[in-house]
Amino acid sequence: MRIPCPHCGERDHAEFVYRGDATVVRPDPDAPGAARAFHEFVHLRTNPAGLHKEHWYHEGGCRAWIVVERNTVTHEVMGAVTAEAFALSGGLSGRKANA
Amino acid sequence: MRYSAFSVLKNALSGHKGWKPVWREPEPKAEYDVIIVGGGGHGLSTAYYLAKEFGLTNVAVIEKGYLGSGNIGRNTTIIRSNYMLPGNERFYELSMKLWEGLEQDFNYNAMVSQRGVINLYHSDGQRDAYARRGNAMRLEGVDAELLDRKALEKLCPYLDFDNGRFPIQGGLLQKRGGTARHDAVAWGYARGADMRGVDIIQNCEVTGFVIEAGVVKGVETSKGTIRAKKVGVAAAGNTTRVMDKAGLRLPIESHVLQAFVTEGLKPIINTVITFGVGHFYISQSDKGGLVFGGDLDGYNSYAQRGNLAMVEHVCEAGMAMVPMIGRARVLRSWGGIMDMSMDGSPIIDKTPVDGLYLNCGWCYGGFKATPASGMCFAHLIARDAPHPVATELRLDRFETGRVIDETGRGAQPNLH
Ligand SMILES: Cc1cc2nc3c(=O)[nH]c(=O)nc-3n(C[C@H](O)[C@H](O)[C@H](O)COP(=O)(O)OP(=O)(O)OC[C@H]3O[C@@H](n4cnc5c(N)ncnc54)[C@H](O)[C@@H]3O)c2cc1C
Ligand SMILES: [Zn+2]
Repeated sequence: MRIPCPHCGERDHAEFVYRGDATVVRPDPDAPGAARAFHEFVHLRTNPAGLHKEHWYHEGGCRAWIVVERNTVTHEVMGAVTAEAFALSGGLSGRKANA
Repeated sequence: MRYSAFSVLKNALSGHKGWKPVWREPEPKAEYDVIIVGGGGHGLSTAYYLAKEFGLTNVAVIEKGYLGSGNIGRNTTIIRSNYMLPGNERFYELSMKLWEGLEQDFNYNAMVSQRGVINLYHSDGQRDAYARRGNAMRLEGVDAELLDRKALEKLCPYLDFDNGRFPIQGGLLQKRGGTARHDAVAWGYARGADMRGVDIIQNCEVTGFVIEAGVVKGVETSKGTIRAKKVGVAAAGNTTRVMDKAGLRLPIESHVLQAFVTEGLKPIINTVITFGVGHFYISQSDKGGLVFGGDLDGYNSYAQRGNLAMVEHVCEAGMAMVPMIGRARVLRSWGGIMDMSMDGSPIIDKTPVDGLYLNCGWCYGGFKATPASGMCFAHLIARDAPHPVATELRLDRFETGRVIDETGRGAQPNLH
């Protein structure tokens, strides 16, 4: 599996550390129902068979967090953007991104 | 047919023409008392104990592929009960006790071999951690023995004790641990369940649930609707995909774990050994192949294969622990999909849908759990109450904070 780092170009996945689903959003701790929302944020995952947007950390390269879109059934990597670009583009609009 | 020395002899003399298939291949009935989704080890053992211990025989096991095509036929066959936390240890010790009587119980040769399981330690701190684990096991009445270097050298002289980077100081031994033949475990349970009237329906995928007013009434399958009073799901790595159909979001990620087997060799590895630094464990099958594996690849996956980085890591760790295996040739490698839970421990519980029960979260350690998982899941389904050793394996423990996290790593499934 090779991951196209937006900074470094295509690199072996072994250079990266995996974090997981990039679409879960840290809830507002002061909002009503925060306890339940935090449980969902920390524990519950869509875990799709198919396209998955996920955080990887390029430890053996630029040391940036990036968001990779990958097919969990075939391991095909569709593309990658920086975590920042992902957030700004509205990628964090919730778990629907992984639906 | 009951298997015995006599039946083997009789069939040998008649040219082995008298053996019969060990389970039927029935068409599904319109309705059952209980449907189990998933014909892996856990689904089959659940059906077996439902019939044998709880008198429920109007039961179907529905399997999308063939029996044994999932993790039950892909694991490295290690059985042990060397857990630390009470919520786990009592459960796995029940499993160990069931393993000890299993072959007599279901009259099938599952090649249960209590050859011992040794976890190596390489530092003073790690020795203390294993001493603590061993003590926790003994408190639950489970056997555990802390071996120093001398005792371990006697048992396993072939280890690289003076490895420059990771010298071996000793190990924690559970003598009653060992291995069992994974396929035979599935077949033995399938046969025992079938003999008692359970229908095992292969090549039939569950594609949805029939839920009426919040109560489960059956399943939709590739062979049509099959109704049931109760439905239990034991779909291992595919749990999320199945439970999606009931609208449930779970504390589960699916990950791939690889394993490897070498050409057959003379007996050289006499027990099960796990390396204490980096991930590697090894045993030798009765056929002679070295069976070994390591860690998860580490990323979400539904592909039953992994990548080369983990192959390299596993082989390096193996060379650091037992350099003599370096000349053995690897014959095969494969992967299986693990239902990794958020605390590394399993779930056997009811769900918010009445009559729908869930068995999942086995991570990479569910083979050893096969007997107890079936016993406890059957108990839950038959009596609507958890088995006494499985009271902590709850689905809501993540929300209530009662997680069972053996390694204390938190909600990061690829680290458990
Ligand atoms: C490489 C590897 C090594 C391992 N080593 C060990 C070990 O040494 N010791 C240990 O204790 N554990 C080990 N495990 C873990 C163990 O194999 C699993 O935890 C355990 O087998 C899971 O339970 P099961 O047997 O019921 O799963 P499975 O055999 O996977 O059964 C689940 C079944 O559900 C079926 N299914 C899924 N979706 C549907 C559907 N929609 N409709 C119908 N059927 C469906 C699948 O086809 C499958 O047959 C290992 C696993 C792997 C992959
Ligand atoms: Zn980079």
